[in-house]
Amino acid sequence: MNPIIKMLGRYKKEAILGPLFKLLEAVFELLVPLVVASLIDGGILRKDKSHIVQMFIFLILLAVIGLISSVTAQYFAAKAAVGVSTRLRSELFRKIQSFSFSEIDKTGASTLITRMTGDVNQVQNGINMFLRLFLRSPFIVFGAMIMAFTVDFQSALVFVGVIPVLFAVVFAIILVSIPLYKKVQEKLDKVTLKTRENLTGVRVIRAFCREDKEINDFRQMNQELADSQNYVGKISALMNPVTYVIINTAIIVLIYVGAIRVEQGIITQGAVVALYNYMSQILVELIKLANLIITMTKSVACAGRVTAILKTESSLESINADSECGKKESGNYIEFSDVGLVYKGAGEESLSNISFSVKKGETVGIIGGTGSGKTSLVHLIPHFYDCTSGGIYIDGINVKAYPVEELRKKIGIVMQKSVLFKGTIRENILWGNGNASEKEISEAIEAAQAADVVNSKKDGLDEMIEQNGRNLSGGQRQRLTIARALVRKPEILILDDSSSALDYATDAKLRQSIKKLDSNMTVFIVSQRTSSIMYADKIIVLDDGKIVGTGTHEQLLESCEVYREIHLSQNEK
Amino acid sequence: MKQKQTISKVLTYIKDYKFYLIGSVVFALITVAFTLYIPILIGNAIDCIIKAGNVDFDSMFRIFTKTAVMAVIAALSQWIMNLLNNKMTYYVSRDIRNKAIEKIERLPLNYLDTHSSGDTLSRVIADVDQFSDGLLMGFTQLFTGVVTIIGTLGFMLSVNYIITAVVVVVTPLSLFVARFISSRTYNLFKNQSKIRGEQTAFIEEMIENQKVVQAYSHQEENQKKFDCINDELSKSSLKALFFSSLTNPCTRFVNNSVYAGVALTGALMAVTGNLTVGVLTCFLSYANQYTKPFNEISGVITEFQNAIACADRVFELIEEEPEQPDSENAVTLSEVCGDVELDNVEFSYTPERELIKNLNLKVKRGQRIAIVGPTGCGKTTLINLLMRFYDTVSGDITVDGNNIREVTRKSLRENYGMILQDTWLKTGTVKENITFGKPDATDEEIIAAAKSSHAHSFIKRLPDGYNTVIGEDDGGLSQGQKQLLCITRIMLSLPPMLILDEATSSIDTRTELKIQRAFQKMMTGRTSFIVAHRLSTVKNADVLLVMKDGHIIEQGTHEELLAQKGFYSNLYNSQFSH
Repeated sequence: MNPIIKMLGRYKKEAILGPLFKLLEAVFELLVPLVVASLIDGGILRKDKSHIVQMFIFLILLAVIGLISSVTAQYFAAKAAVGVSTRLRSELFRKIQSFSFSEIDKTGASTLITRMTGDVNQVQNGINMFLRLFLRSPFIVFGAMIMAFTVDFQSALVFVGVIPVLFAVVFAIILVSIPLYKKVQEKLDKVTLKTRENLTGVRVIRAFCREDKEINDFRQMNQELADSQNYVGKISALMNPVTYVIINTAIIVLIYVGAIRVEQGIITQGAVVALYNYMSQILVELIKLANLIITMTKSVACAGRVTAILKTESSLESINADSECGKKESGNYIEFSDVGLVYKGAGEESLSNISFSVKKGETVGIIGGTGSGKTSLVHLIPHFYDCTSGGIYIDGINVKAYPVEELRKKIGIVMQKSVLFKGTIRENILWGNGNASEKEISEAIEAAQAADVVNSKKDGLDEMIEQNGRNLSGGQRQRLTIARALVRKPEILILDDSSSALDYATDAKLRQSIKKLDSNMTVFIVSQRTSSIMYADKIIVLDDGKIVGTGTHEQLLESCEVYREIHLSQNEK
Repeated sequence: MKQKQTISKVLTYIKDYKFYLIGSVVFALITVAFTLYIPILIGNAIDCIIKAGNVDFDSMFRIFTKTAVMAVIAALSQWIMNLLNNKMTYYVSRDIRNKAIEKIERLPLNYLDTHSSGDTLSRVIADVDQFSDGLLMGFTQLFTGVVTIIGTLGFMLSVNYIITAVVVVVTPLSLFVARFISSRTYNLFKNQSKIRGEQTAFIEEMIENQKVVQAYSHQEENQKKFDCINDELSKSSLKALFFSSLTNPCTRFVNNSVYAGVALTGALMAVTGNLTVGVLTCFLSYANQYTKPFNEISGVITEFQNAIACADRVFELIEEEPEQPDSENAVTLSEVCGDVELDNVEFSYTPERELIKNLNLKVKRGQRIAIVGPTGCGKTTLINLLMRFYDTVSGDITVDGNNIREVTRKSLRENYGMILQDTWLKTGTVKENITFGKPDATDEEIIAAAKSSHAHSFIKRLPDGYNTVIGEDDGGLSQGQKQLLCITRIMLSLPPMLILDEATSSIDTRTELKIQRAFQKMMTGRTSFIVAHRLSTVKNADVLLVMKDGHIIEQGTHEELLAQKGFYSNLYNSQFSH
């Protein structure tokens, strides 16, 4: 079952009462032509003034009851719509947080954000409108028809004839125009892209003197947009005129039939007026319905996108520790055994045949060119991705067999992009370990060489960091993210190119103090610079997803050509 | 006041389509007149039906024919009016967008550097969209609405002034009710937007950085915080949604009261014989028609105000001062040898903070100039000045003895080949990107250029080779591969002077070594300016300029500078201390 409908089920009371009161309002509205008919036949024709006043009071009464039921309906509809969208956002957020890195990569952050904001709002609108109007319009249309039958059977047959025609016309126009609107959106996207390109590439465009060419390209796309807008406009502008002609034709037929019936003495003049009024009500309702359908198709599309997210399941594998590949005793702390990795949607392996082992407390350097698979490799340790062949074992247990949270508790990772969150410095450090004491915090900051960052701030640890750490420099951010990793006292520390913004001296001090902090900590250092890793116990050289050398700095200089090249390219004096 | 100015600006755009506008007005009048006349005809028809045996079929048929013809004419003219309105709106917004992009291409770099591109983008796209929606709604509804109200009043007056009085007195009530409610809900909506903004910021932060969140298993805390904001939003949304949705029932109630009032007065008059049933029917139908535009107009006015505000933002962009055009007698640089001279150059982005002072530099043709120094020392600024992206505040820059203020920008820039750290590729095929500076290059030339920049081998492996389309997501190219394409772009056109601003920063050191060889070849005989972070890549330049705080503090070859044991030698040695 669709999760959104399921959520609406939690607001059964509101979802039923809302339309119900709306129907009540419609019923009272449908009574109005009857009252007017009685006013004409019983009041005017019989010259009964008190009857007229009675009918007037009745009309006012209907208006009041209509108001009350409609306000009630709006309340329930709003409550259900807001309720559903609130739950929807909460569920979406929970869902997205449960995604594995593969799903995050595949969908992309910007899409996920639009789903949670714009799309959910659109769904809220849709539900609100649906509860308020969607049942009302068809009800009025068919109700008017039924009421017409109570007035006079034969005249009412005109309604039976005209309503299907109206529906056919309305739906035909909508069905034709929806794909055309999509086309307009595509053209607009192109214009947007072109504009953005011209803004971001202004230097290159001017350097190559391509301004006029770009203006021409833009004009052409812009013209295409205007053309497609005009085209769909032509069709959707047909809606009102065509329905107008149909209804008026129907009114002529209706009055003619009515006239014959009056001539035969079967119905009164007032009844003809009532029939005419019912026909007019249908016209008004149809126009509303047509507008509504456009809103609804939009929100159904949004609901579809939201549902797609809710239905995505985290693809992260989990296996039983007692199963065949759950364990591997080898005496090593971390062991990669013939590991291969194919990212979802990629054809080739990003890592292949990776095998190595690390003892507790060792420092491992990982080096290689851009795109050689360094980050991919370290991201397998906290089980961010599933390796597609082989296995990774920590303390003899396959990472896929660990409960995710327990595994990640052991690991402190500093990613390439230094991310800090809005909040104080202290709050950010506490992300690493919520129970850290003041002393532990300052130790971590000290070790991360971030003490001067904190000291330079007016409020020290309580200095506010803006979103994305905008008010800090790249190097400051980097050191604070390192402190955040250190404060959890991890068994495994992973530094993914995380000293790139630090100068050589600070980088060296950082490495020394990390070792001093805890000699039992196993450290992975990913770097492009040989100087950052040359003192590691073990260096792994990656090239194009494969290990091309393992050993110490000296051994590799001897044996590994790739390593030698990298080293020389940076240290040629 | 400002609104008035903006409206008059909008009118100048509309002026080009004045025939559409006149047509639209004419057809609106026809539509409204005929739509209003039809209820009278129907009323007449109903008056032909008195009672059994007393129905005047002959005159009824005459009325029917008239009604049918009028309905068709009304429908047709409504359609034509809509088409004209569409055309007018879409063409006006097209014209505004064209003006905007023309302005963007001519704006001084300073504007684009200091304004966020997202903001400018939203002016060109979202604001124009909003404006066009409002304009269309204004054309179609405001005008017909006003005409309908006036027309209905006229028709009603011509038929019966007492009932008209009833309608006129009661109807404005619905306007007041709508106003009352919308002014109350305004604050509720504002509050909702505020909380929604907070929530969006939180969502953005946590989802963009979801990987870090998961690495630190912070999901539960996030969920709690999120639900907390979410509940707050829920409460405020419910209030805003409910109160704003009161407008319709309330105005409908007023309308229904009008309807009842007309029925009462009309019926009482009919009893005394002052009114026929047909006329009453016609009045009741008018009562409905007359009140409707009032509701619509109040909606249109808000929409229209919003549209004007948006238009204002686009006009702000369009009216920005363009960069100073080339002087009238500007010369076209041709056959440049590459002697570049900076004479006492002074420059700053903002008058309060001076950046470059007394900068003097003489570069002979074919020399390689490396510019090094800490971040913010003015390296990139120097390039901005050489390319004339910015003009100097004082002092002159000359190329082959020509002051660059006196040559055309086009010819100056054509003689520079520029590779920046920020790799920009346009949406299009690999080939289109490579030939960006030389659209008429042959395939052989393209492949030769790609081979010399070491890009050929990876391009070959792309799904469609040189015809692979690089989309918005850069077609899965890595930063380094993009950089290689940018280098190929220059390799193809090979202008006499080169600027390399951190050109190999995102390429791994091994590939860089290979490209350096290609660079060496390319730079032979060409005046080259090289900015680099890694000192090892620039040390064999002919002249090294060490910049600090906008000044050249040291100048010389690598060996000379090392021997000076100054700033450079410190910088260089710090790279190798551990």
